[in-house]
Amino acid sequence: MIEGAAMSQHNERIRFENVSKVFDTDNGSIQVAEDVSFGVGDGEFVSLVGPSGCGKTTMLNMVAGFMQPTTGSVLLDGNPIQGPGSERGMMFQDYGVFPWLSVEDNIAFGLRLRANRVSEARRKEIVDHFVELMGLTEFRRAYPKTLSGGMRQRLALARSYAVNPEFLLMDEPFGALDAQTRTAMQDLLLNVMGEVRKTVMLITHSVEEALYLSSRILVISARPSRIRRIIEVPFGFPRTAELRDSAAFADLRSEVRELVMQEYAAQESQARQKQTTGQA
Amino acid sequence: MGAESSTPRPSRRPFGRAGATALRIAHFLGPWALILALWYGVRYSGFFEASLIPTPVQVASRLWEMLIGGDLAWDMYMSTQRVFLGVILGTACAVPVGFLLGWYKGLRSFMDPLINFFRALPPIALIPLVIVYFGIGESAKVIILFYAAFFASVIVMYEGISQISPLYIRVAQTLGASDSEIFRKVIIPLAVPHALTALRVALGVAWATLVAAELVAAQQGLGAVIQDASAYFQLDTIYMGIICIGFIALAMDVALRRLTRRALVWQERND
Repeated sequence: MIEGAAMSQHNERIRFENVSKVFDTDNGSIQVAEDVSFGVGDGEFVSLVGPSGCGKTTMLNMVAGFMQPTTGSVLLDGNPIQGPGSERGMMFQDYGVFPWLSVEDNIAFGLRLRANRVSEARRKEIVDHFVELMGLTEFRRAYPKTLSGGMRQRLALARSYAVNPEFLLMDEPFGALDAQTRTAMQDLLLNVMGEVRKTVMLITHSVEEALYLSSRILVISARPSRIRRIIEVPFGFPRTAELRDSAAFADLRSEVRELVMQEYAAQESQARQKQTTGQA
Repeated sequence: MGAESSTPRPSRRPFGRAGATALRIAHFLGPWALILALWYGVRYSGFFEASLIPTPVQVASRLWEMLIGGDLAWDMYMSTQRVFLGVILGTACAVPVGFLLGWYKGLRSFMDPLINFFRALPPIALIPLVIVYFGIGESAKVIILFYAAFFASVIVMYEGISQISPLYIRVAQTLGASDSEIFRKVIIPLAVPHALTALRVALGVAWATLVAAELVAAQQGLGAVIQDASAYFQLDTIYMGIICIGFIALAMDVALRRLTRRALVWQERND
């Protein structure tokens, strides 16, 4: 494993220090992370790619503060993470937009909380800005039930951005979208990131998405998950759609895909083994 | 294809605007016409002696008579008031209790057997005890309706609350919400639909229990009207009383449904 410390050339913000996580279930305990160490630098866009159930979401949940590691520690600017906070925004595959609030009230939700309260005028300004940036102007008074999946995810992105978090944690945010919408969302995200840079951790199953968006990719192994490989993405920012069609992109994509496929296969054979031993 | 397109396209409203209105009225009256037809069918079928089944016309004239010459309006008012009080008090208690049970899993597993025990008891079985402790006054009837409303709606409430997705809570947390803000701004809006459903269920159960509650030596109320009529074998009055209960309950349910739809415009519905 490549030592994470070597990577912390610039101002490291998030640090996994020998993190292990064990879940106790009715069928015994499951280890989803084993001795994971890595760091995320300021302004970095790091993707976690690996088979389902390998513990990527668990790692992200530990950064969000929803879970604590069993052993080791997850540090934010050197301090162990105790719980969720508004400096760490999160996006979920199921959007999580509040169905009982209109589009503009969804965006304003965070701004009305004590933790990040702003004046009414400022709030309106921020809401106006994001409604327009996300192309939701005609829908600002609509309820989420009338929005498509892509629009809901844009709304979720606007809501996260409105409180101006330093970090964005994204758990398969585009996983439920069709291919075209997904591509459009990736470009939108790059645009928005170009405007206000965040430190990002993204979980995805799509190697293409990881390559297109991130500055670094962590390939996570089958359970118990370790970091199989860290890939520095050599393409600079800003990125445009042409990058996807370039030969360098294609080469790297097949290389990473190969690596990821091995782990998917390993995870699958593990599951199969478990099935047969379980039946015996 | 070409021949088809040259013929004028049939209008979406084949009978025009007036026709659409007529259709709507027919749609509204249809079920009632059906039940009337069934009623006459049974009456003239010969399965029962004709004198045992009053005709709709007889029942309607009874209704008119008792509305004009009798105390029927007052009886309706008394019954509605009892149901209303029982339901309001019952759900007012059931909503917070159901909320706590839905939210705290430990409390729920502790209380579950008790709740199910009391819920399984028919309220009618409690009438003798209610008479012993509360007499035969107004409070006795309201207590029975309260009991029925409470146990019907508490289940609805706690099942609903326990199914609230943790996703919204997590989202609010990552936006910086405190526990009290999560409660006020996330949990309460998500609980409102369940509270309204609980209210609706309670209303149904309370009307069902009303006649039983008014058996507690009630002087007024639709239950008492039915009870008195049965003593004198006035079948038309019994029919009328039952129909009145049905219509008032239906009206309340429709009103509550309208209110719910207005309060929950944000909900995704399949209708």
